[in-house]
Parts: sequence; C-alpha cells; structure tokens
Amino acid sequence: MTDSILRVYNGEAAPLSEVPALPVDSFRELVIERLGHGDILSALFARPFGDKFRLYAVLCDAAREQLGIAAAEIGKIYPSITADCPCAHWFEREIHEQYGIMPFGHPWLKPIRFEPSRVGGKTGQIGVTDFFSMHGAEVHEVAVGPVHAGVIEPGHFRFQCHGETVYHLEISLGYQHRGVERAVELGPDARTIHYMQTLAGDTSIGHSTAYCSVLEALSGAQVPPAADSIRAVAAELERMANHTGDLGALAGDIGFLPTQNYCGRIRGDILNLTALICGNRFGRNLLTPGGVRFDLDADRRKTLLTRLDDVEKDLESAISIFFGASSALARLEGVGGLSAETARLIGLVGPAARACGLSRDVRVRLPYSAYRFDSLPVSTFHTGDCFARAYVRKLEIEQSIGFIRRQLKSPIGGGFVKAPGVLAPDSLAVALTEGWRGEICHVAATNREGRFAFYKVVDPSFHNWFGLAQVLRGQQISDFPLCNKSFNLSYCGHDL
Amino acid sequence: MLDILRARLAQKHRTFKYPKGPLPALPDMFQGRPVINGPCPDKCDICLSACPVNAIGRRKDGGVTIDTGRCLFCGACSGACPHKSIVFTRNHQLAAARREDLVIAEGSQKSADAVSVMAKKYFSRSLKLRQVSAGGCNACEADVNVLGTPAWDMGRFGIQFVASPRHADGLLVTGPVTANMALALQKTYEALPEPRVVIACGSCAISGGPFADHPEANNGAGSLLPVDLYIPGCPPHPLTALDGLLRFLGRTAPGFGEDS
Repeated sequence: MTDSILRVYNGEAAPLSEVPALPVDSFRELVIERLGHGDILSALFARPFGDKFRLYAVLCDAAREQLGIAAAEIGKIYPSITADCPCAHWFEREIHEQYGIMPFGHPWLKPIRFEPSRVGGKTGQIGVTDFFSMHGAEVHEVAVGPVHAGVIEPGHFRFQCHGETVYHLEISLGYQHRGVERAVELGPDARTIHYMQTLAGDTSIGHSTAYCSVLEALSGAQVPPAADSIRAVAAELERMANHTGDLGALAGDIGFLPTQNYCGRIRGDILNLTALICGNRFGRNLLTPGGVRFDLDADRRKTLLTRLDDVEKDLESAISIFFGASSALARLEGVGGLSAETARLIGLVGPAARACGLSRDVRVRLPYSAYRFDSLPVSTFHTGDCFARAYVRKLEIEQSIGFIRRQLKSPIGGGFVKAPGVLAPDSLAVALTEGWRGEICHVAATNREGRFAFYKVVDPSFHNWFGLAQVLRGQQISDFPLCNKSFNLSYCGHDL
Repeated sequence: MLDILRARLAQKHRTFKYPKGPLPALPDMFQGRPVINGPCPDKCDICLSACPVNAIGRRKDGGVTIDTGRCLFCGACSGACPHKSIVFTRNHQLAAARREDLVIAEGSQKSADAVSVMAKKYFSRSLKLRQVSAGGCNACEADVNVLGTPAWDMGRFGIQFVASPRHADGLLVTGPVTANMALALQKTYEALPEPRVVIACGSCAISGGPFADHPEANNGAGSLLPVDLYIPGCPPHPLTALDGLLRFLGRTAPGFGEDS
C-alpha cells in the first residue's frame, strides 16, 4: 500500500501530480489501514476536479515523522469512512455540506456550520435542523445559545437530561462562519496573512506559522534560524498565556477566587511579553512569509528574560495553591473523563488528547522550526478527566518557560525577512504546527499561475468539539462549565 | 490557608491607578492613533496599495486619509511610504461617537470626541452591558474580558458585563456580524430596555475588518443597529476600550485630546 500514498515531510511541497489518485475503495482501505497503525487523520476534504470531485486525506504518520497524502476521484457519492473510523465523522459532514457529496453509510449528515453551498443550490438556515432528542416522562431538554451569558463566542448547545444527569449533549456551530477558506482562493495577496492571524484570534501565531510554512515550501524560501527561534518563542508565549487564562477560568468555575484573579492578571502579563516583541498582545504582524518582521536585540532579550522570571514567580504561587487545595482537586477529579481508546477513535488532539495518555504533539512527532533543535518532552497524564486537562496545561506552562529561556539565551543574530518569490505552479504543500489547543493543519495547492487553487485549514477545535460532547455523557449538567473550560475550544477556528 | 495568604502577599495589590494616576504601560512598539504628515505628492499611491483593507483614501484635494474604523494597525502603509508621511503614534485614544470622526486626515492631531449626551445623562455612574460576539476571531472578546480582571477592574467605574439583555443598558458588539449571527444580534438588541446604547468594538464590528465585503459577513454592527460608540483596533488594546468607555460616559480621563 505504501506506493499509493505520497510521503512528504512537515512543511514540504510536492507537485500536485504526485499525489496518487486511487480508486475510492482502495483509498478507503488505505485510510482505514493507516489509522489502524496509529496515524492521525489530519485532514479529509473534497475539492472540485473537472466535473467530478477529488477527495484528499492527509495522514500524520508519527512513526516515520512524515505526512501521507492520498487522493481519490469521486462523483456525488462514495462509501463513508466514518463507520470504520469515527474520527472521519465531522470531516464527512463538512464534505456533504460544502458540495452535496453523499458519503454513503454515514450515520447522520447534518450541516456543521450552515455555510452557503459551494456548488450552488439550497443552503440550510442556521439552527434549523433535526437535533438528537430523548423522550420520556421525566426527560427534559436544555437549550443554550447562540448568545451565551458570558463574553464568549456564539454556539448552540442542547442537553438531553434526566434530572441532573446529561445523557447526550449536541453542539451546533457555524455562527462565526465568515468564509475565510473561500476568500483565500486565488491568493496570496496583502490580506491573506490577516486572514491567517484571525482564523482563531488566540492562536494567531499557531495559524500564521502554518501559513508561512506552506508559503515558504511552495516558494522554496529558507527561513533563517533566528526567525524560526523568534516564531517558536512567540508560539510558546501564546501557549502559556492561554493555558494560564484557562487555569484561572477553571479556578473561577470552582469558586477558587485567588487563582482566578491572579491567573487573569498574569495572562495579561504574558500577552504583554508578546507585545514587547511586536507591539501587539496577540502577536499580530510578527510573522511574515520568509521570516519575522521584528528582530530581538540583546536589550529586548534581557527585558524579556527578566519579566519572564517575574511571571514564573507569580505563576508558581497562583497555580500551586490551586493544585494544593483538596477542595479544588475534588471538583476536577473524575469529572468529564475520557478513555485513551475513545480519544484515539474520535481523533482528539492537543492537551485534551495528552490528558488521556495519548502522546500526540506535533512539536515532537513532526518537529518544525526551532523544535527540530530543542525538543520538548510530551506532557501527558492518564486519567482523561478535567483534572488531567488542567494538569497537562500546568506541565506545559513549565516546559514553555524553560524553552523560551533557552531560546532567548542562545545568541542568534538577525539579517532576515526575505520575501519569498513566486509560488511553484501546480503544487501542494502541507504544514502541521502545534497550536496551544493542538494540531493545526494547513494544506495549500496552487494552480498553473502559482495562485492558490484551494486552501484547507483544520483547527484543533475541529477534531475536539465532539470530544467535549462525549465527556458530558453521564455527567451532571452543572459540570458543563468545567468540562467546557478544560477544553476551551475555538468557535471561529471551527467555523472559519 | 497559610499558603493562600502567602500567595496573596506575594501577588500584591495590582489595580492600575489610572485614570487618577499614570497610564498603564504600553509596549514601546504599540501602534496607536496614526498621523499623516503631508503633503503627499500626487500620484504616489503606494500606501493605498499596501493597505490590506482599503483603509487609506484620497480626498478630492489630494490629501490622504486613514479610516481607523477599517485599519488593522498592521503598519504596512507606514512601512511602505517612501516619504515617511504616515506614522503610528502611541496615542491609545481612538474611540469616537461618530463614524466619520474615525477618519483621520492629513495634519489632524486631536483625538475625536467620544462623549454621548444620552449616555452621560443616564449611565455615567452605572453602565451594564450585554456582549454579543458576532463573528470575528475572538481576540476582541479576549481583550474586553481583560477589563474585568483585577488590574483593570472596570467594575470600579460601575461598568459591568451582565448575562441577560434584560438587565443591560447597552450592547457591546464584536465581529463583522456574520450572516449566521444577524438574527441573534437583532433579537438581543430588541430585548434591551430603552434607553439603550450600542458599542461597536474592534475593526470587524465597525467595518467588517479583514472580512469586509465577504458575502458571509455584514461589514459590522452599523449595518443592522444604530451605533453610539466606535472603539477601533484589531483588537483594541484594553486601554483604548476603557478610555473610550470612560469618555463616552463623560467621565473624561486625564490627557483627553492630547497626543502622547
């Protein structure tokens, strides 16, 4: 089967013609076989191909430290993969929604973002769909959203409950859909990098690193080590800031106010470290294809290191009182648990997967940029519950601090920002990065003129939303805020 | 318990002295209110073509303008300008009550007025807001949330986010208002008791931001609702948002109208 798949390294381009187009049955067998060997389904999508469609699968093969790409030509119907590989479930719903393609045998092809059909025809109205429902004398349904009680993004949640116990949670998204993938086509242009920075605002660095990587692959540009190092520092600051904010939010949901308040403020201090590098708290405008836009001189490195010391000290006391309080731990332990097997089947990524004991981390599996030279351990835990998701974040914060310190102390000079040249025509490039929520996948293909023929983005939330629905089963409805915050998934990253 | 007390001592009291004391520190590379030091030569449209969102325009008399309601503060224009005519200052005061006041023309130095007679009369001491996230990227929401942390402590001005539109005096909208959120936003607005105010926070909510002119987005809250306060930025710095809110309520912060 190995000949029927194109193997590339992370952030490597290949001629589009080298992607083998298989008969759909072989394609299906190949994907099922590879996933059985422990690969991750990083992307599965369809794109028009002449008067038919082409189905693409991107598989992350950790054993080889490579990516596998396969394709199949299909018409309006093909045999679904979901029954054999539940992790394809959401992808196949997307394919059905975008092109009206029927993955035959899929359990329920409901729209996932209520986006306009890409081939014309009738489109769904948001929120108008059949929801899972449960019937009985003492059964009740709780519907929440799209407008929530807090300052958060819109989504719709339906809980099927018996008393306090949740039997099933259904999550209906799409409210943030703003048509980014379509807008990027025939690019890149001046606006493209801004789309990438706003795919998910709290993951600006994660997504723009992936974007820059595909562009650099397609144009053959070399990124100077100094720029790689600054990108990785920014990515770890992004991870730290978000993990810190989430630990504070978890503490708040438990009513453990000291950690909530301290972490809320410390998160801001970390964002300000990013702003010290580029002027923006979210790392906007730092990355550019070919390198970074701002150098880190010796003075700035020194200031960063000093302020990082302060942050570390504040974080240490804020987090240790939280993990030292038995009342807080009792609220987290055993809540929203997920087994490693279920996590693998539904294709969980990032800290949520690592909390179930899965060793999934792109920085280690398919190392890119500065992670090739400074490898981090994979922070895992085995209980798969809210505690594990909180604990993995604590471990990752500690690792990030060490990493940033090492990078800042190694003296690498500037001399970068070389704009990449024209993109290779009729080519394809895939880049995986480890955003703070998990694996980010960008796939770009060019047309004959070297413009984007299509651009596919998979945010880690796309893999993980179903995981949140899954952990709620059998929990009390009052556990939802905790479970939700322990995942803290992106709506806009999913909706695109 | 002892550990918690020890942590409390170590973390110290960190609420900003602002607005009575000094401004919270802004990063030295902060991109605030732009100024245009013209005159620009005719036929030099380099900044216009560098801007990713068409925020830069030319008036009939040839002068260049920047619409901070569209601007993403990426600095592409000032980087591209061969005459160094466009400079982003560190002035955080960007908010304005009128949409046209967001357009900065050549030589204009003063920040725009954000005060609202109605807001000052009814809400100057207590403003409860319902936030609606309507598209965008969630960065505006994240930095609006920051105003609730102890360092900024927006609650000390009587400004607070509430869970129900029925309890709110106003709506703070973020995002370009996607097609899929238009109805929910409209319904939330209608649920607010009168008098009510609408605040558009961030480039998306003002003009659509990077998603301007997408068929799936609506180019901001103004396309559906009457907006009373505009807070530019991508996302706005918390200081820009707080300054805008305080000026809106007539609780003018020191340094009003000055360029830093």
